[in-house]
Amino acid sequence: MSGDTIDWITVLIAVLGGAIRVGTPFLFVSLGECLTEKSGRINLGLEGNLIMGAMAGYGVAWISGSPWLGVLAAGATGVALGFVHALLCQQPRVNDIAVGIALMILGTGLAFFLGKPLIQPSAPHLPALHLGDWSDNPALRAALEINVLFIVGVILAPAMAWFFRSTRWGLAIRTVGESDDAARAMGLHVNGVRMLATMAGGFLAGVGGAFLSLYYPGGWSEGLSSGQGLMAVALVIFARWDPVRCLYASLLFGGAGALGPSLQSVGVTWGYYLFNAAPYVLTLALMIAASSTKVRSGMPGSLAAR
Amino acid sequence: MLPLAPFLIPLVAIALSLVLFGGFVGLAGADVQGVYQSIYRGAFGTWFSWQNTLTSAAPLMLTALCTALPARLGLIVIGGEGAVVVGGLAAALTGLALVDANPWVALAGMALAAMLTGGLLIGLVGWLRHSRNVNETISSLLFNYISIAILSFLVIGPLRDPETLNKPSTHHIGDTHMLGALGDTSIHWGFGYGLIVCLLLWVLYKRTVFGFAVDMVGGNVRAALLSGLPVGRIVFLVCMMGGAAAGLAGMVEVAAVHGRANTSLNAGYGYEGILIAFAARHHPLAIIPMAILFGGIRASSGLMQRDHDLPDATSLVLQGIIFILILASEAVFARLAKRQGSAA
Repeated sequence: MSGDTIDWITVLIAVLGGAIRVGTPFLFVSLGECLTEKSGRINLGLEGNLIMGAMAGYGVAWISGSPWLGVLAAGATGVALGFVHALLCQQPRVNDIAVGIALMILGTGLAFFLGKPLIQPSAPHLPALHLGDWSDNPALRAALEINVLFIVGVILAPAMAWFFRSTRWGLAIRTVGESDDAARAMGLHVNGVRMLATMAGGFLAGVGGAFLSLYYPGGWSEGLSSGQGLMAVALVIFARWDPVRCLYASLLFGGAGALGPSLQSVGVTWGYYLFNAAPYVLTLALMIAASSTKVRSGMPGSLAAR
Repeated sequence: MLPLAPFLIPLVAIALSLVLFGGFVGLAGADVQGVYQSIYRGAFGTWFSWQNTLTSAAPLMLTALCTALPARLGLIVIGGEGAVVVGGLAAALTGLALVDANPWVALAGMALAAMLTGGLLIGLVGWLRHSRNVNETISSLLFNYISIAILSFLVIGPLRDPETLNKPSTHHIGDTHMLGALGDTSIHWGFGYGLIVCLLLWVLYKRTVFGFAVDMVGGNVRAALLSGLPVGRIVFLVCMMGGAAAGLAGMVEVAAVHGRANTSLNAGYGYEGILIAFAARHHPLAIIPMAILFGGIRASSGLMQRDHDLPDATSLVLQGIIFILILASEAVFARLAKRQGSAA
């Protein structure tokens, strides 16, 4: 950096690239959370899924040599944690938020415990598409290196919206999410639908974790996740339970998360930690702005009832 | 229901968790019986380990209240970690401002400042919930991250004592202003604070009109509003008391342990407090033995890791298993209550 002028274009490009890179795990976790919440349950344990997914994905990719097997393994651990969540929540008087916190602690503990031998070895990374090769600007080229999983997520978001709107299964999940009684009257198995939705949501969150360890930031360490799984819950509220809005919100959060590192890359080190808090402040501000004492539009009925 | 059931069921859940945990470390290749022995020895085996256990229990009692008090209103607040951090920071700043004052004045000032900041933080969570319908679990969690970011920024930047190299910290509050030990022991006064606060809150909930009003709001908000209770004020006050307790834990950590504010404040006391609050079923008196139990697990974790070459996440796994089974045991309570209902 020369003098005290800041290269704002570089910062902007870095933030845009960061929005995609940092936003991808947000996208998968928030889609998973959206799916779960549509069925009428909040899973705060997706943070645990994310960390377990990152660890399992990295471990399996390292052993098998295939990052895609790692992604699959990450999804499978997410399904297992989702199963535990759903199983506990369908017991009488068991609170879904408390179960989520417990699974977050257990998932984090298990991942750190089992992941201890994974800190040294390096697993193969997920491939990326180089969409910026036409440009001479190295910053732009780096920003346009887009991971395949992001593209999967971009397709998944409208697909999920279509699934909720136009399929029989989507209708079943929405009905269960709106009202237990209405769902039972339709002959739906309420706990069964919720269990499937929680397990599928857990799968997506696990895949988001695999992105963390197999692409960006890459590698396995105990500081890999910094609450993305929990922020996804806020993100879904902000996106008003709409998968396509989850995509936009994830990019917004990714951009906010990339602000600190981007400024650091051009030499602005003052307040690094404060800029790192940007996504949390943004979430809080959005939640305050988006909510009122009225029931929010788009909120599944059985979530609003409490 | 048996009169002892509220005590027995969590204890059975914890015993089952220990069995499951034994299976887990056994699968990981450790000597199961040896691990149990290390936990016992490190937690309750000697007077030395008892002192460690009770010292660890001190902040846990206070952070558990941060979740337990609002839980009476039906709110799930998980902002204990943030309240510890801002409380500890406020305590350190007040201690530095009162460095020439009488030790009693300085300690009182530190405690008040910590309780006020922690209380305002969680009070804000309650206020946002009541007036703006902002989910209290998420907002309190976000405040944890924001508080830690502010702490990191301040101790690395403007408030840093240049002599602290490895762990950037504020200046030291001075040895004469540190919180002392209880009698001849190595247990600091924070444990006394914890006991007193738990007892006071139990009396408040059990014996006062305020406690009755809290239970009414927790039971049925609409009925409470109709009967003219100031629901918003009650929500704010209860959350504020919870935050003040966790803030005091931050003050204890600064004034009795570190002497400075630094990132040791976010050592997970807040998150462990959530678990203790649920294990104690949000009862202020039950928090005391539960905090001692979990303080024991915390105190013994070093010994367990060293003796058996286990990673430091081992105690986190144990906590997670206990938390899951404690929550599952709630279902047992529900079944017991139902059976009693149908028998009557």
